[in-house]
Amino acid sequence: MIIGQIRDGIVLDHITAGRGIEIYELLGLDKLECTVAMIKNAESEKMGKKDIIKVGQVIDLNFDILGYIDPGITVNIIRDGKLVKREHLSLPERIKNLIVCKNPRCITSSERSIQHEFVLVDPEKKLYRCLYCESEAPKNIG
Amino acid sequence: MRHLIDIKDLSVDEIMDLIQTANDIIENPEKYQNACQYKQLATLFFEPSTRTRLSFESAMNSLGGKVLGFSEAASSSTAKGETVADTIQTVSSYVDIIVMRHPKEGAPLVASRVSEVPVINAGDGGHNHPTQTLTDLLTIYREKGGLDNLTIGLCGDLKFGRTVHSLITAMSRYSGIKFVLISPEELRIPQYIKSDVLEPRNIPYEEVASLEDSIPDLDILYMTRVQRERFFNEADYMRLKDTYILTPDKLKNAKDSLSVLHPLPRVNEISTEVDSTPYACYMRQVKNGKFIRMALILKLLGVTV
Ligand SMILES: [Zn+2]
Repeated sequence: MIIGQIRDGIVLDHITAGRGIEIYELLGLDKLECTVAMIKNAESEKMGKKDIIKVGQVIDLNFDILGYIDPGITVNIIRDGKLVKREHLSLPERIKNLIVCKNPRCITSSERSIQHEFVLVDPEKKLYRCLYCESEAPKNIG
Repeated sequence: MRHLIDIKDLSVDEIMDLIQTANDIIENPEKYQNACQYKQLATLFFEPSTRTRLSFESAMNSLGGKVLGFSEAASSSTAKGETVADTIQTVSSYVDIIVMRHPKEGAPLVASRVSEVPVINAGDGGHNHPTQTLTDLLTIYREKGGLDNLTIGLCGDLKFGRTVHSLITAMSRYSGIKFVLISPEELRIPQYIKSDVLEPRNIPYEEVASLEDSIPDLDILYMTRVQRERFFNEADYMRLKDTYILTPDKLKNAKDSLSVLHPLPRVNEISTEVDSTPYACYMRQVKNGKFIRMALILKLLGVTV
């Protein structure tokens, strides 16, 4: 199946099958005016199945969010029908204001003006800890 | 500018420098009595801890400096809703160094980001208390003549006890260290201490339930309190509480050189009869707490004597 070629835009490739919708929502793609295509369960040689998202406009993306949720994603930026940039994501060293610390004893719970910040402590286990109280990051975002 | 928020902020070499300075202060206190003349230290205690506060105040007094501050949040502007950042910005424009205790974890880190002067964490909730750990390290060094090749027993509440977690983290950096973790099943050391600290460095440890049986192997016995409120039911607490009370009887098979430490205050986990035995080091530990804090204040202020 082929979905129309993009002239200017972004293709998020190699999304873990089944996570496309979650990423679509987290990036707020529902709010865009331009064409957005979500492809579920596309065939992939290396992954078996994958999801793909095509956005018909070059928008600012929060690579930290993407890297945290699904570090295997490839981001392709297309201008004038040509691939101008391909980025392989990795786990971000720090994540700011994306995950909220759930520890009621953490200073971020009582002072709202402090931004939530998590630090990657173990890339193998994909383990992040709160910069302030060192609590483990909750597995679900938000 | 340096702060002390977490014991891991200090390298092994820096800790050794602090220990050497503290040892020199103990031997030659008069040499240091005017070292911090005209310097001011603020003790900002957003939650009360008389022992820790007095230790810092006495340390600064013995360096010839001055002290100001508050001892509970009710008497500070926090009670009116001021943020940590605002309080610190105000205070750091008056003084040369800040000592801070706060019930919320991470508050001293927030303070260090806005402060114009060094910040020392004097305890943030159940999280860090690095000057207690420095006190423990100085005590072990002075009792044992070094920090290597020791079998260290930690007894009591190993699950929630932050002093235990920091001491394990700090001692794991020395060679030939072995830990014996003595606690009831319910209060064992958290998994992350094993997987993040002990296992990556291949540090031998065993988890046991009996204090009495472990004592003959130990060079250091670090006692902590088993708090009633940590237990799910009263019956378990009643069953276990005496098991973790140190008495002269339990010490009968101890090595002659065993040193018993306790971060104090104690409730009943070390019977007062132990105080007069040669094993008891916890009163010297209190004094050491003042000397290592003096060394730390000098280091962070960049004062050389
Ligand atoms: Zn936190």
